Amino acid sequence: MKMKTQLKLILSTMILSSVTLFASANAETPAAKGLRIAQEADASDTGFNDFTANMVMTLKNRAGKSSRRIIRIKTLEVANDGDKSLSLFDEPADVKGTAMLTFSHGLKADDQWLYLPALKRVKRINSRNKSGPFMGSEFAFEDISSQEVEKYKYKYLREEACGEGNKWKCHVIERIPAYKYSGYTKQVVWIDTQHYRPTKIMFYDRKNALLKTLVATNFSQYAGKHWRPAMMNMQNHQSGKSTILQYTNYKFKTGLSTRDFNKKSLAR
Amino acid sequence: MLNSYIIKYAQKVTELKWLVAILAIVLVLFSAMGAKNLAFNNDYRIFFPDDDKRLQAFENLQNTYTKNDNVLFVIEPKDGVVFKPDTLAAIEDLTERAWQTPYSMRVDSLSNYQHSESVEDDMSVGDLYEDGKSLSADEIARIKKIALAEPQLIHRIISEKAHVTTLNITMEFPLQVENEQGEMVAADPTKQGMDVVSSVRALEAYTKATYPDLNVYLSGIVMMNNAFGEATIYDMSHLLPIAILLILITVFLLLRSVVGTIITFFVILFSVMTAFGLAGWLGIEVSSPVMSAPIIILTLAVADCVHILSTWLAEIRNGADKHTAMKESMRINFMPVFLTSLTTAIGFLSLNTSDSPPFGDLGNVAAIGVMIAFLLSVTFLPALASILPVKVKARESKTLNIMNGIAEWVIAKQKALLIGGGLLAILLIAIIPKNELNDIYVEYFDERIQFRTDTDFIVNNLTGIYYIDYSIDSKESGNISDPDVLAKVRKFTDWLESQPEVIHVNTVTDTFKRLNKNMHADDDGYYKLPDSRELAAQYLLLYEMSLPFGLDLNNQIDIDKKSTRISTTLKTLSTKQMLEFEVRADAWMTQNIPDLKAVGASPSVMFAHIGMKNIVSMLSGTTIALVLISLILVLALKSWRYGLLSLIPNLVPAGIAFGIWALIDGEIGLGLSVVTAMTLGIVVDDTIHFLSKYLRARREKGLGAEDAVRYAFSTVGIALWVTSVALIIGFLVLSTSAFKLNSGMGLLTAIVIAVALIVDFFLLPPILIKLDKWLSKRKTIAT
Repeated sequence: MKMKTQLKLILSTMILSSVTLFASANAETPAAKGLRIAQEADASDTGFNDFTANMVMTLKNRAGKSSRRIIRIKTLEVANDGDKSLSLFDEPADVKGTAMLTFSHGLKADDQWLYLPALKRVKRINSRNKSGPFMGSEFAFEDISSQEVEKYKYKYLREEACGEGNKWKCHVIERIPAYKYSGYTKQVVWIDTQHYRPTKIMFYDRKNALLKTLVATNFSQYAGKHWRPAMMNMQNHQSGKSTILQYTNYKFKTGLSTRDFNKKSLAR
Repeated sequence: MLNSYIIKYAQKVTELKWLVAILAIVLVLFSAMGAKNLAFNNDYRIFFPDDDKRLQAFENLQNTYTKNDNVLFVIEPKDGVVFKPDTLAAIEDLTERAWQTPYSMRVDSLSNYQHSESVEDDMSVGDLYEDGKSLSADEIARIKKIALAEPQLIHRIISEKAHVTTLNITMEFPLQVENEQGEMVAADPTKQGMDVVSSVRALEAYTKATYPDLNVYLSGIVMMNNAFGEATIYDMSHLLPIAILLILITVFLLLRSVVGTIITFFVILFSVMTAFGLAGWLGIEVSSPVMSAPIIILTLAVADCVHILSTWLAEIRNGADKHTAMKESMRINFMPVFLTSLTTAIGFLSLNTSDSPPFGDLGNVAAIGVMIAFLLSVTFLPALASILPVKVKARESKTLNIMNGIAEWVIAKQKALLIGGGLLAILLIAIIPKNELNDIYVEYFDERIQFRTDTDFIVNNLTGIYYIDYSIDSKESGNISDPDVLAKVRKFTDWLESQPEVIHVNTVTDTFKRLNKNMHADDDGYYKLPDSRELAAQYLLLYEMSLPFGLDLNNQIDIDKKSTRISTTLKTLSTKQMLEFEVRADAWMTQNIPDLKAVGASPSVMFAHIGMKNIVSMLSGTTIALVLISLILVLALKSWRYGLLSLIPNLVPAGIAFGIWALIDGEIGLGLSVVTAMTLGIVVDDTIHFLSKYLRARREKGLGAEDAVRYAFSTVGIALWVTSVALIIGFLVLSTSAFKLNSGMGLLTAIVIAVALIVDFFLLPPILIKLDKWLSKRKTIAT
């Protein structure tokens, strides 16, 4: 009886391993597949030139209190590097007129400047910290800055239903930040197979515990090609805090240029 | 009437001995299965009712800012030098590893302190240092200068002498966790705490192995919670076996019977098992105070066994067979044992009036145990006694002679005893107010618990572990940047810092001052608060944008920038000092910043108030118990006057004991506030036994007062002596607990019981003789 079970076990192991061998010899590795999809997703969104949008950010804490910030954003596409972006703060009132300019890069620290109207000066944010919170929210800088392919190492996990009402099909990909000062050990991304829309991201902290989940909904297509969500909800599982971003008034190809993204443009 | 029922009952029990014994065992085992539902809760918050105002203020604060659950991982280089490459590199390494602690949200240390400075007219924010190993002497000197001048580090992360430093690991324990089926279920906070402790201890072991020149000390809230559990485990593994052993030895010496001792062992064991099993079925939560119940139950259960078995054995020695002997023992003891169990249970149940839920739980478990002990004593005990073979040797009783001697002496010296004893009692009761309300919750644990020694070291060398947090609410969104609000916060901070109790104040105004200086090319002249709201808000925005993960400002500022937390670290204070400090801070705020006044929230303040409130609420509990017990006595003694008189032997022992306490200790805390109510039910037992025998002599045998005293001594003196000794031994074992709430309670209870015995032997008889005329005008209550 015992002999028989053991024999069975050995046989099935042999069959299983040969199948795996066969499969891996013929298909691309999970790492290659993950990278390929990331590249495809990146390619599918290239050519937007620039876009502007209005953003309302709502913070909630465990006590149920909430707080609102209003920001206008402008983004310029940059070939072969991270995008340039400008954020203009309208609310809260005491930071109205404050503007932030970001030149994001792949593996280097981003360049950032902040214009402080009260001081009437532009100050460089001299920090390689990308992991900190953006305006006290649950979004870190690294969550909202432009997602360059080389920022991560990829591993394809599986394909599964996703999106609102599970109507879409998604690639589920694990990505490991390549930036040394990232706040995460890994992220798991759900990206839809049809239009490469990222619908969900789970973030794992330094001790590899689930930290946050980002869910993006209400995607619309702009300029016939570029998909953007109207709502992003970031839930922090550890602190119980959450942040909702609501986007309105997306405009693509508005004719912005590098001249609109320099230190001088900040004060305007 | 009642007697004949009891005899019939005893007859049946001895006839159906096997059935009764087996049924009892089955029921005990079934009840004991409830123990699987027992969960130990070591969270100190359970000491407070959910609606406690200060607990709510504290919880609200915890929900608004980063939580306070923390571990202090204190590092002491053996040569006393923190600022050298080896130590600095070790701190960096340990900081990085500390992030691996389960549930950690934030790690603050010397290396990752986010230092801001002006570099080429821009503000630079980053770790205080990196790659400590390669730092030059000049760089180290610069870092040391910055650290020792930084109000957020000195006395909090680094000692003034720069010889001790700490990592402060802040935890966030989720209330719900995902189980294996992917459902959200309530988390087990005790397990979460234990996970953290084992991880931190592993880090400690790693530190000792990797950096032999470093000593490590552990403290903080999570370690304190854990100490509650460890103190309990220490008690269970060290005290419980000793208590059982000592009590069995006492029982054996008294009964001189192996069988009697074995029976007693099973009854006390079953009583404890059943009580905790039923506690499990009832969903009672186990906490450190509840874990003193096993010793209490087994101690009290012994008294029942002793009364029934001593009569039984005496009858057998007098020549009766064991069944007849048992019937006689039941006839004599059934009612007294029932009454004493009932009064004891009432005393324990009165603990439910305590403001601190664990003491109510302790009362309930002990009351269940006492009643179970009674039930087992009148079912399982006689059945087992009928089954087991019994051999007794006839013996002459020396102790009885001693009792007669005492009786004669008491009668001869009655006047002297009455006056002397009465004066002594009044004197001791008069000094009760010399006791001070004093709880130092670090000192809840004695030096056998490592948390205590580590914490003592930390308090002596680095920082305090007591704190009060004030959440200053500016009412309007973003208002903490308002110059007026900031000025008031600074004023309050300055005031706090000038108080002798204060070690450290962590306040956002220090950050604002530093930022203002940084924005002005590190000009020290600008180390002051920004003068416009916009400026302050924009500095804060810039700074906030520059901080890394886990080191954000939410530990000081709420998300709406409406309120800010001022964390005040204090020296180790007594309850009284703590309350004084709170009142002083309160008065200062009312006078100087009435619009921003905040309630001080902290476990220390909560413990201070619960100790005080508990004494008041236990007064009502004691009164209720006293009234009920006195009514029972009136009924049992069938006399209002004797019932009234019984107040003296019932109340005086606790009064005298607290007087003695004022002489030997003088500090009263949470644990002692329940002693009066608890002991009331126990000391009443002596009164019941003594008075009922005295009355039997007066009424049935027609003896005079003095002869009745002689009769009472000869019939019940030994049993009282022995049960009291057993009780005193049991509670003295409890007094060696590593957990002060239990040890103080044990010692004071032992004193109360000892005093009660002395009062019953030496003060009650002279009073009975003196008041005999008044007492004899009896209006018997019809039964």
